[in-house]
Amino acid sequence: MEKALLSGNEAIARGAYEAGIKVAAAYPGTPSTEILESISQYKEIYAEWSVNEKVSLEVAAGASMAGARALCAMKHVGLNVAADPMFSMSYIGSNGAFIIISADDPGMHSSQNEQDNRHYARAAKIPCLEPSNSQEAKDFVKIAAEISEQFDCPVIIRMTTRICHTKTVVELLPRTEVPLKPYQRDIRKRIIVPAHARIRHQLVEERTLKLQQYSENFKYNYIHQGKGELGIVASGISYYYTREAFPDADVFKLSMSWPLPVKALAEFSKKYLKIYVVEENDPFIENQLKISGIKAVGKEIVPKVNELNQEIVKNSISSQKTKKLPIADLPPRPPALCPGCPHTGAFYSINKLKLTATGDIGCYTLGAFPPLNSLDTCVCMGASITNAHGIEKSGNPDLKGKVVAVIGDSTFFHSGLTGLANMIYNQSKGTVLILDNRTTAMTGHQGHPGTGKTLRYGDVQEISIENTVKGMGVKDVHLVDPHNIEVMTDALKKSMAYPGVSVIIAKRPCIFLLSSEQKQNIHKVSSEDCIGCKICLGLGCPAISFRDQKAVINELLCTGCGLCASLCPKQAIKPRKQGVENG
Amino acid sequence: MVKSIQIAGVGGQGILVAADIIALAAMQSGFDVKKSEIHGMSQRGGSVLSAVKFGDNVASPVVTAGEADVLLAFEKLEALRQVHYLSDEGLLVVNDLQIDPLSVVAGNMEYPGDINMQLEKMVKTENILMINANQIAAKAGNLRTMNVVLLGAISHKLPEINESSWKQAIAQRVPSKYTEVNYKAFDMGKKS
Repeated sequence: MEKALLSGNEAIARGAYEAGIKVAAAYPGTPSTEILESISQYKEIYAEWSVNEKVSLEVAAGASMAGARALCAMKHVGLNVAADPMFSMSYIGSNGAFIIISADDPGMHSSQNEQDNRHYARAAKIPCLEPSNSQEAKDFVKIAAEISEQFDCPVIIRMTTRICHTKTVVELLPRTEVPLKPYQRDIRKRIIVPAHARIRHQLVEERTLKLQQYSENFKYNYIHQGKGELGIVASGISYYYTREAFPDADVFKLSMSWPLPVKALAEFSKKYLKIYVVEENDPFIENQLKISGIKAVGKEIVPKVNELNQEIVKNSISSQKTKKLPIADLPPRPPALCPGCPHTGAFYSINKLKLTATGDIGCYTLGAFPPLNSLDTCVCMGASITNAHGIEKSGNPDLKGKVVAVIGDSTFFHSGLTGLANMIYNQSKGTVLILDNRTTAMTGHQGHPGTGKTLRYGDVQEISIENTVKGMGVKDVHLVDPHNIEVMTDALKKSMAYPGVSVIIAKRPCIFLLSSEQKQNIHKVSSEDCIGCKICLGLGCPAISFRDQKAVINELLCTGCGLCASLCPKQAIKPRKQGVENG
Repeated sequence: MVKSIQIAGVGGQGILVAADIIALAAMQSGFDVKKSEIHGMSQRGGSVLSAVKFGDNVASPVVTAGEADVLLAFEKLEALRQVHYLSDEGLLVVNDLQIDPLSVVAGNMEYPGDINMQLEKMVKTENILMINANQIAAKAGNLRTMNVVLLGAISHKLPEINESSWKQAIAQRVPSKYTEVNYKAFDMGKKS
């Protein structure tokens, strides 16, 4: 059989291919992004970047209603955005299989929280599968499709960063084409008005009992037999941490964490005085065991915060201490805006004008940190605009007329449009600065409506942000290059003085979108002319450092944007080629 | 048998590709493999970590403190940051390169001046291999092959992976027009 080394995300994509999925939709978000990127290589599947996660879930729901096997994928917080249709779809159920991939981020490698989306499965009363490696990630797509069609429900596959981004060996199978199921109008199922929903809710409760029975017999819920002295329950990646930490333990490997196979677990627990539960973040399994009267130990000893690993699992249960510790107090190396980043100029200007900026989700969140120190808040996708409006309406005199909302282009389409409509409708006064870098940069440069670049179907008509905001009724619109500090600062001043809603579109492509030829105008500092004023260091450009009281530009990192040169009061920074000619 | 390799460096240095090559080479030599990485914010110049474990049966994909048979550091400060992952008999291969983090660039902190001494306190001298992979890569004909130079340097410590698997994995993971220069970089790294 053909084998491949696939990440969990690539394995989900392969699983979608093999299981005959016909429609897949997602909004990019780490750690889930590569699922749709990988699916896009299979021409048998329609694949799209949706405008946000709610849209992607509804697209997949529509395809399922029409009889196709469908899937949507998102990061854990994306499911918050998509929760509304998910809860309805639990009642409505499926026609073709309907699978929701939730990629949770224990450890918050690139997220704002550590929410555990297994809670959603219980709250929405839909089954939840938890793969432990890429082989299972692939296999579980097919199983989820079968469960979805057998039990008339959506199915959540809960991934975590460690599963999404770890490559393991996977056996590949060919695709099984699954014909469209016939569509029949059925308003008592799909028009979710109270009279219908009351009947559907009863069916959902009955479905849960049937799924409970299914879980008891589900072959991927199994016991790894050890030497019988120690009994542990684990799911997801925690299963392998447990196996490595305690090779001799008996481990109940849970692959369906909702509904839980409570009878099988009770049977397992009888052999031990107490059983341990190893799971990341919340005591989801543990609490259900305890409710069922099973003597389980979990979060009393296993941390709730951060990812686990085999060492933490071992130390939690056997009370050992870590042998080797990291060296303390080394200079940290956090992520930073790239050399030549178009956001730098915008943040530099905000900082100079001492504005209060409400931020949003993207690379530009990094503008909050020194030396740019530009953002005051970051809540969730789209909140910059609505937060700014709320601040304005608070009447706080210290903030009045000083607030600017900063939002990226992709985020603007994701959930900025509604906030802007709200500002206009509610007669707000304030500035919205849209950082239009022509891509969804943070997640690795995906397209969005403003770029017209689709996941797989080439370039289409761009939706112009300028025309959109003008069409919505914004009268004061500025289109600027954020790289020109003078122009950028001037636009901010004018916009802040405007007595209504004002929008600045700061348009300049992400440095990653430029060709290497466009990045060759590398600059250098003339040490004779440099007076060590450190103004250029205020940009926070990773290519500029300060040695022996002079600024120095790292030629390997410089992308030749020239922003530092435009700020230098002594013209000490010049393109390297010109500098060489001069002397 | 399970061997673990921890790889550390700075975003943009080709760390994830290097980890992929080790993992593919191990798979082609007939082993079970797990390769773990965290990416996302790290591509913006932050610290990057990746781990490859291979053997008869690999359970956890994560390398923990004191476990790594090989620590491959693409940058000196990152070597120091991750040196506690190395096992007592493990091999430390360090690229003799300094990249100042922003905290140093801005003048808030000092780049440690005594990295070699600190490393020698924690790792037996005979188990430290410090090489200038950037220079070797340039000699091989392309600075970007620096990551593959380092793979050549650790290949001694991983005799379970045969030469043809290394070459096959390199060919699979780098653009075909750069295969030859990467082979050369691998061989030069091996001799270093």
